[in-house]
Amino acid sequence: MKTAAPSFIKATMAIVQKDLAAELRSRELLSAMLVFSMLVILIFNFALELEIDVRQKVAAGVLWTTFAFAGTLGLNRSMAVEKDRGCMDGLLLAPVDRSAIFFGKAISNLAFMLIVEAIVLPLYAVLYNEFRIFQLGFLGVILLGSIGYIAVGTLLSAMSVQTRTRDVLLPILLFPVAVPVLLASVKASGGMLAGAEFAEILTPLNLLIVYDVIFIAIAFMVFDFVVEE
Amino acid sequence: MIEVKKLVKRFGLKSILRGLDFSVQPGEFVALLGPNGAGKTTFLRILATLSRPSLGHVQVAGHTLPQQAAQVRAKLGVVSHMPLLYPDLTAEENIRFYGRMYGIADMEARVTEVLEMVGLDNRRRDLVRTFSRGMQQRLAIGRAVVHDPEVMLFDEPYTGLDQDASEMLDDVLRSVAAKGRTVVMTSHDLARAEDLATRFDILSRGVIAASAKHADLKNSNLLAFYKKSLEA
Repeated sequence: MKTAAPSFIKATMAIVQKDLAAELRSRELLSAMLVFSMLVILIFNFALELEIDVRQKVAAGVLWTTFAFAGTLGLNRSMAVEKDRGCMDGLLLAPVDRSAIFFGKAISNLAFMLIVEAIVLPLYAVLYNEFRIFQLGFLGVILLGSIGYIAVGTLLSAMSVQTRTRDVLLPILLFPVAVPVLLASVKASGGMLAGAEFAEILTPLNLLIVYDVIFIAIAFMVFDFVVEE
Repeated sequence: MIEVKKLVKRFGLKSILRGLDFSVQPGEFVALLGPNGAGKTTFLRILATLSRPSLGHVQVAGHTLPQQAAQVRAKLGVVSHMPLLYPDLTAEENIRFYGRMYGIADMEARVTEVLEMVGLDNRRRDLVRTFSRGMQQRLAIGRAVVHDPEVMLFDEPYTGLDQDASEMLDDVLRSVAAKGRTVVMTSHDLARAEDLATRFDILSRGVIAASAKHADLKNSNLLAFYKKSLEA
């Protein structure tokens, strides 16, 4: 029988397809993230029943708070599926570069987060009467922010899932580390909603890109050590 | 096939393996026995490249650990008491996924071959979460042999199985060993180990306390040998 260690991309794609197939069947992770996001959006809608201009000022913050908390739910669940039945060992036993496992998990986590965002954003637009979120630049910021958050989140969830207090530990580890990404995302998306000049949002946008690159590079370098005993 | 010299594994200040020496010839079926906490699972995880040795020399299938872990993993099949299977995928999707992770060329033929070997071909499109524990364990063996490994490691494969499922697993294990593979199995089921293995090593307090070939046991049974080794 012919076997040859699969390429980095093939191994990564095998993990992504496996995660998407399993999630399309169970819908456990997506439904939890979606219900949670919608509840948060609704709660903020009632809690912030203030003047229109105040609502507009906090719009970006509300969105990113929702995505950050929903993302944590998804990250925890995605890694718990691997850990609870020993499947993480199954992945680690494969003759592939272990960073392929990181990228596979990160891409599927990002896909789940983007699906949730694609459903939550229209709901948000209707409830908050804020249709400027559909401009291309704003969606680009959402994508960049999600990439950075998921990159560091996937790495930290691989660490926290090995502990007994994983559900509590992940947000405690993740939020302080993800602060730069969240701040830059809120600044950039808030600026876009306020109709700021491109030069004004260039700084948070650059920061966002730099943090994305740094987080992905760090995860690529240290994932092997994180998952090995 | 497996060569271990003066292996030490520490977790913090606690030493689990204390200078363990162990070797297995190609085609041997070694049962690694010992009380709870003796270090059997830790030792198997080191052989499986899932844990790094603190000190000592470990060589599997001609490759040194941990430096050549990727080469070792390509020649290794591991079955533990956990199935390492995805409950929301079907039997064939699970085998196909692991086949892709091992870069198998003729995938569909191999998936069918493996499912037939473990007697689950008629359930290939059923979700794994609908399988009994015994069926999951048989599929776990199929997952572990999908890339036709030279060395198989079994860590308590009978855990949680009833009598019928254990007998079915016996047949699958025999067919796995009959292909000339080198097998190391940890178990608390001495009767099954005696039936299947060609050699018995007793692991106690982090070292191999005794070793005997099946033929050397003669009139003495494995239980007597096991008790005597632990008392020594």
